[in-house]
Amino acid sequence: MLLLAVDTATPAVTVALHDGTRVVAEESDVDARRHGELLLPAVDRVLAAAGASPGDITDLVAGVGPGPYTGLRVGIATALTFGSVLGVPVRGLCTLDGLAYAAGLDTPFAVATDARRKEVYWARYADARHRVGEPAVDRPADIAEALAGLPIVGAGAALYPEAFPDAREPLHQSAAALAGLAAELLATGAGERGGAFLPPLPLYLRRPDAQVPKNYKVVTPT
Amino acid sequence: MADEPLVLGIETSCDETGVGIVRGTTLLADAIASSVDEHARFGGVVPEVASRAHLEAMVPTIERALATAGISARDLDGVAVTAGPGLAGALLVGVSAAKAYAYALGKPLYGVNHLASHICVDQLEHGPLPEPTMALLVSGGHSSLLLAPDITSDVRPLGATIDDAAGEAFDKIARVLHLGFPGGPVIDRLAREGDPAAIAFPRGLTGPRDAPYDFSFSGLKTSVARWIEAKRNAGEDVPVRDVAASFQEAVVDVLTRKAVRACRDEGVDHLMIGGGVAANSRLRAMAEERCSRAGITLRVPRPGLCTDNGAMVAALGAEMVARGRSASAWELSADSSLPVTDPHVPAHDAVHAHAHAHAAAHAAGAARR
Ligand SMILES: [Zn+2]
Repeated sequence: MLLLAVDTATPAVTVALHDGTRVVAEESDVDARRHGELLLPAVDRVLAAAGASPGDITDLVAGVGPGPYTGLRVGIATALTFGSVLGVPVRGLCTLDGLAYAAGLDTPFAVATDARRKEVYWARYADARHRVGEPAVDRPADIAEALAGLPIVGAGAALYPEAFPDAREPLHQSAAALAGLAAELLATGAGERGGAFLPPLPLYLRRPDAQVPKNYKVVTPT
Repeated sequence: MADEPLVLGIETSCDETGVGIVRGTTLLADAIASSVDEHARFGGVVPEVASRAHLEAMVPTIERALATAGISARDLDGVAVTAGPGLAGALLVGVSAAKAYAYALGKPLYGVNHLASHICVDQLEHGPLPEPTMALLVSGGHSSLLLAPDITSDVRPLGATIDDAAGEAFDKIARVLHLGFPGGPVIDRLAREGDPAAIAFPRGLTGPRDAPYDFSFSGLKTSVARWIEAKRNAGEDVPVRDVAASFQEAVVDVLTRKAVRACRDEGVDHLMIGGGVAANSRLRAMAEERCSRAGITLRVPRPGLCTDNGAMVAALGAEMVARGRSASAWELSADSSLPVTDPHVPAHDAVHAHAHAHAAAHAAGAARR
């Protein structure tokens, strides 16, 4: 097995290769404005580091967000296209699940990432492998009480220390964690059964900013 | 001919997800998925809505194009993609997919210019472009006069709109007349039953001291809106067909007049018209009439190739391959304001020589003015 995982839903542009036993190569860069430029060269480098070529890839996993950047679509478009050319399955994983898996906690906690506009994307976890409920987007102050006493993982926690006093590592998403989680789910079959794998399409959580125009504005001076 | 370059092109600069496949100047497939219906109620293209639609349509559209062309992706000589100009988030989907596609196949990637592609598409209809070609590009996003001595390396802007694009003016007038979005096709249809001489609307930037090749449609738009409002305020019926015909006549008159003048001034005997507004029947008819009077050969692709599509990107990509232009790097980024003077985006190591060629072209262009 050679699983390629990519995630561009957060400021991190992150890529990893997993052979079913361990992560064989990984690369991450944090630059919210250059997802499009950075992702493919990173894929090229991890394949080279593993001595592999695109044709060796057997599984594709993309972090599907939630994420506030147009870059969110870069990782998913890349994975979907690879999947089409290489004829291998493409699976989505919630980006927050990758952060939760990386945190490695075995007691309840939450994950929060920056949703911009003074909001966070967040979800609650029973432990590193089990999310409780669906991810959501909210203002930190509005969920602080509900999450009081819980450790909060991710950049969303560090950004709002008043709402989330117990901020924990890691700050940024890593495709290595996503790949590790995916490999585990594939090995046990729990991914398909338990619904951890998602369709490889973005979790937007917000509607597009678009307004139906008001009535035509008259130009004649009055 | 089997030895001509086989290229797949991807276009996502606005609301059409286009994938085309060409062999040299022969069109093999032109698959399109449009999100235009999703934008209609907003009265214009909503960037985030377009980006979301591109992502969902991308792979199915590529697969449809391959099936139509009846070729194997392994046989491609390259993958071309619109690198700009256009909507940033929308371009990003196409560029990401094109990179992954080319990389997974081990084929070269060509990031190309959307405007140069609009010109090059005519090769699929009328064979190789004469050099130089004068091009009038008119759509909802652009209105430009371009001189193209070599579509792969030398495209010179002569003039452009200083406010609204021509297609934007059609959309806005359609809105004033409550005709819906997009406005071009419906105004064209109604204008056929109207009198183009019924109302004398102004011709922007046509005075002796105005920039000879620039366009302005904002004053015309306001003038038409005022005329309509005056009728409404007086409690009279608005003669929609006559307004449509007279407005369209004003736009088309200025476009063709300036294009023919540019051909005469530059000594160019071929005029190419592209972009969505090139589908307008009155523009085609008037351009035909004025060009033939001036001894200019007019080249206008069929309407389906004038609007945004993947075939035009593939056509320019095939020309890049045929002329041995440098491929793009895997770092290729979507550039929402890619200048028209960059027909493609070569890898960094090739940029240096390219920049020199450009400086020379600009100097020549400036000297001629
Ligand atoms: Zn266009």
